[in-house]
Amino acid sequence: MKSVPAKKISRSRTTKGKRKVRVLVGKPGLDGHDRGAKIIARALRDAGKEVIYTGLHQTPEMIVNAAEQEDVDAIGLSILSGAHNYLFPKVVELLRKKKMGKVVVFGGGIIPENDIPGLRKKGVDRIFTPGATLSEIVEYVNKRIRPRA
Amino acid sequence: MAISAKEILSGDVQAAARLMRDLDDEIPSAHRTLKTLYRHTGRATILGITGAPGAGKSTLVDCVTGHLRQEGKTVGIVAIDPTSPFSGGAILGDRIRMQKHALDEGVFIKSLATRGHLGGLSKSTIDIVNVMDAMGKDVVIIETVGVGQDEVEIVKVAHTNLVLVVPGMGDDIQAMKAGILEIADIFVVNKSDREGADRTKQELETMVGMNTYREGEWAPPVMAAVAQTGAGVPELLSEVERHWKFISREENLERYRREKARVELMEILKKRLLEKAVDDLSRDGVLDLLLQDIARKIRDPYSIAEQVVDHKFGFHLTEGARKGKGNRRR
Amino acid sequence: MVDRNKKKTTRDRGKRLQRERLKPRLSRNPERLRRFSTVSDEEISSLYTPADLEGIDFLKETGFPGEYPYTRGVHPSMYRGRLWTMRQFSGFGSAEDTNARYHYLLSQGQTGLSVAFHFPTLMGYDSDHARARGEVGMCGVAVDSLRDMEILFHGIPLDKITTSMTTNAPAAILLAMYIAVAEQQGVSPGKIGGTIQNDILKEYIARHSWIFPPDPSMRIITDILAFCSDHVPKWNTISISGYHIREAGSTAVQELAFTIADGIAYVQAGIDAGIPVDKFAPRLSYFFNAHMDFFEEIAKYRAARRMWARIMRERFRAKDENSWKLRFHTQTAGVTLTAQQPVNNVARVALQGLMAVLGGTQSLHTNSMDETLSLPTEQAVTIALRTQQILAEETGVANSIDPLGGSFLLEKLTNEMEKKAMHYIRKIDEMGGMVEAIKRGYPQREIIDASYHYQRLLEKGEKKIVGVNCYRSDEELPIPILTIDKEVERKQVARTREVRRKRNAKRVASRIDALKDASLSRTNLMPVILEAVKEYVTIGEICDAFRETMGTYTDPAMY
Repeated sequence: MKSVPAKKISRSRTTKGKRKVRVLVGKPGLDGHDRGAKIIARALRDAGKEVIYTGLHQTPEMIVNAAEQEDVDAIGLSILSGAHNYLFPKVVELLRKKKMGKVVVFGGGIIPENDIPGLRKKGVDRIFTPGATLSEIVEYVNKRIRPRA
Repeated sequence: MAISAKEILSGDVQAAARLMRDLDDEIPSAHRTLKTLYRHTGRATILGITGAPGAGKSTLVDCVTGHLRQEGKTVGIVAIDPTSPFSGGAILGDRIRMQKHALDEGVFIKSLATRGHLGGLSKSTIDIVNVMDAMGKDVVIIETVGVGQDEVEIVKVAHTNLVLVVPGMGDDIQAMKAGILEIADIFVVNKSDREGADRTKQELETMVGMNTYREGEWAPPVMAAVAQTGAGVPELLSEVERHWKFISREENLERYRREKARVELMEILKKRLLEKAVDDLSRDGVLDLLLQDIARKIRDPYSIAEQVVDHKFGFHLTEGARKGKGNRRR
Repeated sequence: MVDRNKKKTTRDRGKRLQRERLKPRLSRNPERLRRFSTVSDEEISSLYTPADLEGIDFLKETGFPGEYPYTRGVHPSMYRGRLWTMRQFSGFGSAEDTNARYHYLLSQGQTGLSVAFHFPTLMGYDSDHARARGEVGMCGVAVDSLRDMEILFHGIPLDKITTSMTTNAPAAILLAMYIAVAEQQGVSPGKIGGTIQNDILKEYIARHSWIFPPDPSMRIITDILAFCSDHVPKWNTISISGYHIREAGSTAVQELAFTIADGIAYVQAGIDAGIPVDKFAPRLSYFFNAHMDFFEEIAKYRAARRMWARIMRERFRAKDENSWKLRFHTQTAGVTLTAQQPVNNVARVALQGLMAVLGGTQSLHTNSMDETLSLPTEQAVTIALRTQQILAEETGVANSIDPLGGSFLLEKLTNEMEKKAMHYIRKIDEMGGMVEAIKRGYPQREIIDASYHYQRLLEKGEKKIVGVNCYRSDEELPIPILTIDKEVERKQVARTREVRRKRNAKRVASRIDALKDASLSRTNLMPVILEAVKEYVTIGEICDAFRETMGTYTDPAMY
């Protein structure tokens, strides 16, 4: 009986006007290694985010269109094929063209350290290299990504 | 920044996406915009698709959308996935199966999480369907979360409801019997290339056959399809078309519209009344005290609810509303 | 009777020891962990004794190498006769770049080739397709037409070297190109040897380089089986791959079970297509992962051999012993490489290579330490190859066959592994076989759950990775990285366009029509594809023709 504290119930009080963070997780390019993307989608869900998962083999245009319709706060991309230097900046560029520059783009995959400064300069907010932990990524999203006002 | 009705009516995708999100997040200004938009709704045809998880709902939505686009119709899709009860987060993955339309400007896809709402829809579904309607989408498709049989809520929102069943669920059909007839305008035996499809189709037909339909009543047909390949979908769509014609008859349309209006109002009332009650009670920490008392069996929840309804709220209705057309209840 | 008494005494003695010695000790010094388990989170006991093998018939279950059920190895002499084939998977940039790497590797003592194609090739797009932007030559070598294949194998005698090609959805096309290059060298199809991966089922399950839906894909595969058994008898037609299933996050048991279940599906498809089982089964081979858990991995290889032998003999009634033998290639696990302190990867790879050798592999790829950062540099790949050579020449592990056979732990694990994998296989059978199970998303979901489970254990620190969640160091030793020249894409696109300009347009058009017609009829596709590639019809064009007639497959959304 005592295991039903008032606190627990009060959490279900009205959620009115409370923003939820929406993040698009997708895999641009042709490689099919989606273990990382799926694990991150789950981890973000378990951290209370709404994750729009768009799946494999996405073109930058498809990703940005989905981001627009879903009104997301951030886009998380994963690439393991080495095409990141083309595909990541392309997503940022398309977002800017649509005046959606506020959407934060972050990414991960097999990305050499040397490529990171170039990607950041082109507007990718953060790159996670292999071995980044889930808690690191979740913490980043918690801190950096705010639902739009 | 509030979204204006004008932006929506002009078909601005980003404004529509924002308004939908604001509605989902229950931002008050969004409801104000919706008030203006409301009279622009009612033009779209609304198609509901429901069925157990794995029944192939998204794939069918994808396929149906393809056909509608070929006919030159614009399509809005509201796809709902469950919110995790543990974290409040969700993975919304219905778009994956709709990639063919990812670049089509005539298709607008919105993924929603249930956010604790039961009945297969999200709290905001009706609002968002209304926005898509006002945007000028010819058809709005609602794909429910695949929770099972008790997704009756969609019935009142959509003009036409498809219930998807897959072969090998024979026992489930027995179990579903009670509610399922009320939901379905059309049954779809999806994945009908699988073993047991004929039996499933037969069972459904028998079930429909056991019901007696009066003159002018709609008897749900049972259609076979393979959404993955598109087989049977043209036939299914001509049945949908037939149902639209049926529901467009004066006597049916009026009934549908009134029913939908009723749901809309009741849903909003339910939401608002509860919110107001909870907000008021929470203001001075009264709620926590009351809950504590209930938990300790000092008070009972029935009496408290009665007190809230009878005393704490005053319904200051205007004369007009009080007289009204009345007799809404019965 | 005597034997049984002896076992009983062992068990009693074991229990007594536990009671009298272990318990008092543990009450003073408890064990390090609450629970000891493998990488796949299977619990491991503190000690294994003959009691764990009670009721197990040694001859029936373990037996001798070269003898049914081949638990100890498929050859009676194993590495005393011939060492495993050292086959480093490689391909990057243009066909010229990769050709140069092949010549280098052969000069360093590598004994077979293994081609990595870039993603556009694997997905059936030419390098000038919009979807290929940024991908050309990045993750493998760019091959669009026969012209690229000619350059790739320039100066390599295809009657002397065997080649493995990692290609699945377009496997038939690349095999046809290889045959065409061999013919140009004057080598007939009957004389070439090698492997195409050609395992589309694991693409749906784990690796996701698919083009067509499952049913037409299976038809292409049976066409290859039939064609090769008649014309390319030394070719290994399918390399049934657990490697990618494991990389996608499965457990060892799942890797074993799903891979064998794939094998069952291929054999059944071949039989259903009317090919006698003993005509094609001897040319099926396997490809497994060498992950991090030492005994679990070795048990996995041994269990795989025994399971396949039994399945082929009992379930499919194969008569030829070669149909019973599971021969396999091994690659060390890419997912276990860490970007942190990357030089440590050399140690991981050495141990994984050792597991594969102790498990009786027929060929081996050892990963390079930098492969979690990019494709390997020449220096890194040389270290990886040298690791195999050290295993072969210095450690003595190749001197005796199945040297760990008879270990109580290993035999017990092998038995357990088989039991658990067979449980999965029965479940898949009940669903109507692997093709059906895939359509339902069953293996896909099992793998996602397993990978998330492991990730959580890792985050909680219940599983450890050196340099990642323990023994971290602030200062990282940077290692050199291979970069792909941006010019590769431009040059490759130019070459393919030139090929298209120079070929006979009329004949190309008629070959493309022939491809479509054949795909709609029941004709074997291989000869038609071979005719097309000889006219320099490109991969993208051939796949487009088939996309039109066979349809395409899209992500079935399992998450």
